[in-house]
Amino acid sequence: MRGAAIKLGFLVVLVGAAIGIDFALREIFNPHWLRLIELAGIHVVIAVGLNLINGYCGQFSIGHAGFWAIGAYASGVLLTVAEQKWGTPSAVVEILLLVGGMAIAAILAGAAGLLVGIPSLRLRGDYLAIATLGFGEIIRNVIVNVDAIGGPRGYHGIPVYTNAAWCIIVAALAIWFSRNLVTSSFGRALVAVREDEVAAEAVGINTTRVKVIAFVVSAMMTGAAGALYAHLDGSLDPDTFKFTKSIEFIIMITVGGLGSITGAVFGAIVLTLLPELLREIHPTLSEYRMVIYSALLIVIVLVRPKGLLGNRELSPSAGIAWLRRKFGKGTA
Amino acid sequence: MSTFIQQLANGVSLGSIYALIALGYTMVFGVLKLINFAHSDVMMVGAYVAFFVATGLNAGPDPSIASALITFLAAMAGAAALGIAIERLVYRPLRSASRLSLLIAAMGMSLLLEYGGQVVFGPQHRRVPDVITDERIVLGDLNLTVHKLIILGVSVVLMLGLHFFVNKTRTGTAMRAVSQNVDAAKLMGVNTDFIIGLTFAIGSALAGAAGLLVAFHQQGDIDPLMGVYPGLKAFVAAVLGGIGSIYGAMLGGLLIGVAETFVAAYLPSSFRDTITFSILILVLLVRPAGLLGKFKPEKV
Repeated sequence: MRGAAIKLGFLVVLVGAAIGIDFALREIFNPHWLRLIELAGIHVVIAVGLNLINGYCGQFSIGHAGFWAIGAYASGVLLTVAEQKWGTPSAVVEILLLVGGMAIAAILAGAAGLLVGIPSLRLRGDYLAIATLGFGEIIRNVIVNVDAIGGPRGYHGIPVYTNAAWCIIVAALAIWFSRNLVTSSFGRALVAVREDEVAAEAVGINTTRVKVIAFVVSAMMTGAAGALYAHLDGSLDPDTFKFTKSIEFIIMITVGGLGSITGAVFGAIVLTLLPELLREIHPTLSEYRMVIYSALLIVIVLVRPKGLLGNRELSPSAGIAWLRRKFGKGTA
Repeated sequence: MSTFIQQLANGVSLGSIYALIALGYTMVFGVLKLINFAHSDVMMVGAYVAFFVATGLNAGPDPSIASALITFLAAMAGAAALGIAIERLVYRPLRSASRLSLLIAAMGMSLLLEYGGQVVFGPQHRRVPDVITDERIVLGDLNLTVHKLIILGVSVVLMLGLHFFVNKTRTGTAMRAVSQNVDAAKLMGVNTDFIIGLTFAIGSALAGAAGLLVAFHQQGDIDPLMGVYPGLKAFVAAVLGGIGSIYGAMLGGLLIGVAETFVAAYLPSSFRDTITFSILILVLLVRPAGLLGKFKPEKV
């Protein structure tokens, strides 16, 4: 009971802080940088979600742009229709609508994850990679072919509900949720499957079940991030959800460290801001963004195969412990 | 009926290109258990080598058998050299790393070639000059072109050559041994590093040839991202045929090519890509080992 009260209090503080941050950010940053912060939040949600399956479970999804697209189009289309029907909502209703949109987006993306996951996760090896690759392309193809949602022209006129506060809150929730998940017994099972599937099975872990659950949760988080994205700019372009986007997500978690939540967060933020920083340094550098990314990816895999952080986590207490080890030796 | 045969001919011509590319995927998967994402981009580089050689030979205004032959060989050699270099510099140091690292490195390599290609070759589309004059050939109801026949002919010759090499030579036997079990092959005195390098060289050479054939298929039009879609489809073809199986890749390529052509002929053409990937999911559901592959349970 007390734990629940503390958590509720924490949530209230978080919401308050996020709204405060949103106001502060509006004052400090121009809209361009504000949008980058919002995008970074969305990317953090996706990276943390993708990290569950690619990092902790050791299965490889290369179709997360597909789940992102499902979430984005589901919430985007639904809430646009809702607004056309009932008119511009009040502030409270707007919050409820966005939460509802995210929930529906997560459920649909999760259902799609189940559909792809069950046949391919029964098998060992790279079949998930193969299936998700095909899945992502099918989703994009379907979107392009359905005229009711704009087809190749994209879907426009979506109500804009997302702001920096939302992105920060959802990102914080995603981090909190995923941290709890991976430190639970289920999280241990995930890591066991990654390290040795046969041994995990031998100690009584239902490996298929663990993998499917991790994959569906991952898809749901990505779907919710899709809803946030749909209401960010108010328009969706099917070209956003190409195969290269899935690879960009993979680069995020690989740069940070596969199997590290702080690594995923770090990677997501860095890769969102990097093109802008490159542009600041020199305009042509940002044109070479993808060349730099890909070279970076290869170098990281060659030099540090587990990413910059590996599966270590960064936290204040770990930082203090590290400082103690480093500088406290003489006095101890 | 006549359109049916016409579409079948078109499908077989497209499918034989897919088959050539799929061979590279399946051979590398056989020896390294790696989905070599960079393979389709090696094909793109092959097409660019062909573009530069054909332009240099002035083949556009002056097409001849000799210049066609030189262009083909140059494209194959260029792609093979690139394939060997990638294996040496990126995949070999990762041989003992986890398969995930290898997969990520392959993806990075693919992106590096695509976007590096845009920087080096320029992002604009280019046109490979016709090394052989394209003429229409009418056989009864059947409408063919010289280029389509060349696509078919070159693919058949290369695939027969591969079949002969893999089955009738000592090196080919060593290659099959490595794909069955690397450690056992090493114990039998096979130089596995050499064989793996050779596998990359052969697979990439086939991709280089396919690069020029894809250019033929698209009336000479090439660009640095031209590998992405043929690559994905060839990969699906390799999975459909049973990844790791050479004959599976050939069969899968032909089936995908024919299926795509028929879907494009009888349904809205934008469904063409959907059918390919639906076939992929269906294969995973029904027969994950593919048509000609064997499903081996993992042992401790």
